[in-house]
Amino acid sequence: MTTATAPFPRIRSRTVGRTTLRWVGIMGLLSFLVAPMVPLFIWSISFRWFYPDILPSEYSARAWEQVISPTNNVIGATGQTTLIALLCTVLSVLLGVPAGRALGLHNFKGKRIVEVLILAPIIVPGLAVVLGIDTMFIRYGLSGNILGVTLVHLVPTLPYMTLVMSGVYANYDVDYELQARSLGARRWATQRYVTLPAVFPGVVVGALFTFLISWSQYVLTLLIGDGQVETLPILLFNFARSEPAIAGALSVVFILPGILVLLLSSKYLSGDSAAVGGIGNI
Amino acid sequence: MTQVTLSGLTKIFDQKNPPAVDNLDLEIESGKLTALLGPSGCGKTTTMKMIAGLLRPTSGDILFDGDSILSIKPEERGAVMVFQNYLLFPYMTIADNIGFGLKMRKVNKKEIKSRVQDMLDLVQLPGFEERKPNQLSGGQQQRIALARALIVQPNVLLLDEPLSNLDAHLRDEMRVLIRRIQTEMGITTVFVTHDQEEAVVLADKVALLFDGRLQQFDAPDSFYDTPNTVEIATFFGGTNFIPGYYLDGTITTDIGVFDAPHSLVPEGNAVLSIRPEAVDLGEGGENSVSGTVLSHVYAGRYARFQIRIGDIEIEAVTEPGQVKLFADGDNIPVKFDPDKIWVLGTDTEKHPSAAYTG
Ligand SMILES: Nc1ncnc2c1ncn2[C@@H]1O[C@H](COP(=O)(O)OP(=O)(O)O)[C@@H](O)[C@H]1O
Ligand SMILES: [Mg+2]
Repeated sequence: MTTATAPFPRIRSRTVGRTTLRWVGIMGLLSFLVAPMVPLFIWSISFRWFYPDILPSEYSARAWEQVISPTNNVIGATGQTTLIALLCTVLSVLLGVPAGRALGLHNFKGKRIVEVLILAPIIVPGLAVVLGIDTMFIRYGLSGNILGVTLVHLVPTLPYMTLVMSGVYANYDVDYELQARSLGARRWATQRYVTLPAVFPGVVVGALFTFLISWSQYVLTLLIGDGQVETLPILLFNFARSEPAIAGALSVVFILPGILVLLLSSKYLSGDSAAVGGIGNI
Repeated sequence: MTQVTLSGLTKIFDQKNPPAVDNLDLEIESGKLTALLGPSGCGKTTTMKMIAGLLRPTSGDILFDGDSILSIKPEERGAVMVFQNYLLFPYMTIADNIGFGLKMRKVNKKEIKSRVQDMLDLVQLPGFEERKPNQLSGGQQQRIALARALIVQPNVLLLDEPLSNLDAHLRDEMRVLIRRIQTEMGITTVFVTHDQEEAVVLADKVALLFDGRLQQFDAPDSFYDTPNTVEIATFFGGTNFIPGYYLDGTITTDIGVFDAPHSLVPEGNAVLSIRPEAVDLGEGGENSVSGTVLSHVYAGRYARFQIRIGDIEIEAVTEPGQVKLFADGDNIPVKFDPDKIWVLGTDTEKHPSAAYTG
């Protein structure tokens, strides 16, 4: 430690050049994300659209009517997807933050092994992992319900959250906490006034991306949900084959949170942020 | 005020390594400034953290005014530590940083505000309330860190190398400030440093640590006049060591026999130590031997001579006026004043490099 402030994350850059650069980058990323949405959106409002026409010859609001109509359960599925993703995010934060702290701050015997084990679910295809735990879930009644699906979503999200937080804590000087204690702060007050502000950007970024990972799960939901839990990706996949216009409309709904998350997290993804240490530079 | 007693205090981080702090006994006087001195890695910070309650000792006890405080939480000990790298909370203003301890004690906002201002005046940085730590220089951050500790009126103030990150002129200023505040408030203060000069200038009493073990706990000048070991004398710089045999107030060495009334050993193999500025050149008589001037350096306020006596080389520091008196190659009498000779035990086997020159 050479200076007082260096070990602390997030000293925001105020240089105009860098700010401009960041915005150019974000706009670029956005257009990259928005571009594929244009044909999807056109699909969703088209009635006839045949080769070689560049635009549909007839338009219709049918697909969007279908999306809103209760018979297809799009609204219900959106609510369910959101609920699962929120639950999954809360659990990932509650478990991943302390786990990341232990991993980032402390050196202990077998730390490398723990790190590899944490990465395992990311490296090994989710399908293989889930086939293994499927029978167990059935036995404990976790198959075919929201709770089971939420838990299985932790397989990809929890390692992710843990890794982000271990990156944040690796750049964090725990002596700040000791200093606070010495000045008279109790344990919880130290967490509240010293630790939380320091790691908050990392928690936000980790949580937002955790939400997205859960939001977009298909295989895990299909297997553990057992056809009983209908989320947006499941619906989308069903319509993709039969009703391209509805699938187009659903895709627009499906992709929106991703763009929202990108906008929200861009604030924390500046080059100086410690959160970047956990997820790599964009 | 609070007297701090360390009793057999030991900290072992790792069974494979020797203890970071090893069976430390120390009586830190109430209202005084005590320096904890020693080279980097000797366990100074570890000791401070244990006193502050931020690190659990492996064994031993810590007492405040005679009562063990091991079971008391850090926030309730009244011993506030100021870390070496200041650790100002970066997202808080200077006012919030200084007021932190009072806020934790649920003092009302109005009082916090006025006491923060008093503290800023005390450390001579009025008007800094709304700044952020990263807008301050190292010296200013150091003062804020001090203010943040003082505002809670600690019983024991623990300063970990408060001057080591400052450049020379700031260091002198800060030294004066610390001494003034400490004397005014009369807080029992422990001050860590690896700089023996700093310890001597600032402290009422100095505890010297090597490798986690207490070497000597004394008034500052004792480390120069009556060090416990050759190693300590070496750490305090520039002493001549001549091995010999001590018996009945005289020490017999290869270059002669000297009267030496002040000795740490009653009898036996010993080391004569004499500081370069205590060596009298050109004076004969009692306790003098003949030497040859090898070289000399004129250094402004003093002159430094290398002298060969028999097979031994010693160093002498004199008034600049004497430079002209002796030329390199001259044979001159060299006198060791008996009152300035200090006879030590031999620890030359452990420290062969320290055996002959300082
Ligand atoms: N948290 C720790 N874990 C393991 N070893 C430590 C820890 N803190 C300090 N040490 C070791 O203890 C010894 C004393 O350290 P320290 O008290 O920081 O020394 P100083 O402050 O005198 O430079 C060193 O050898 C250091 O490596
Ligand atoms: Mg230290």
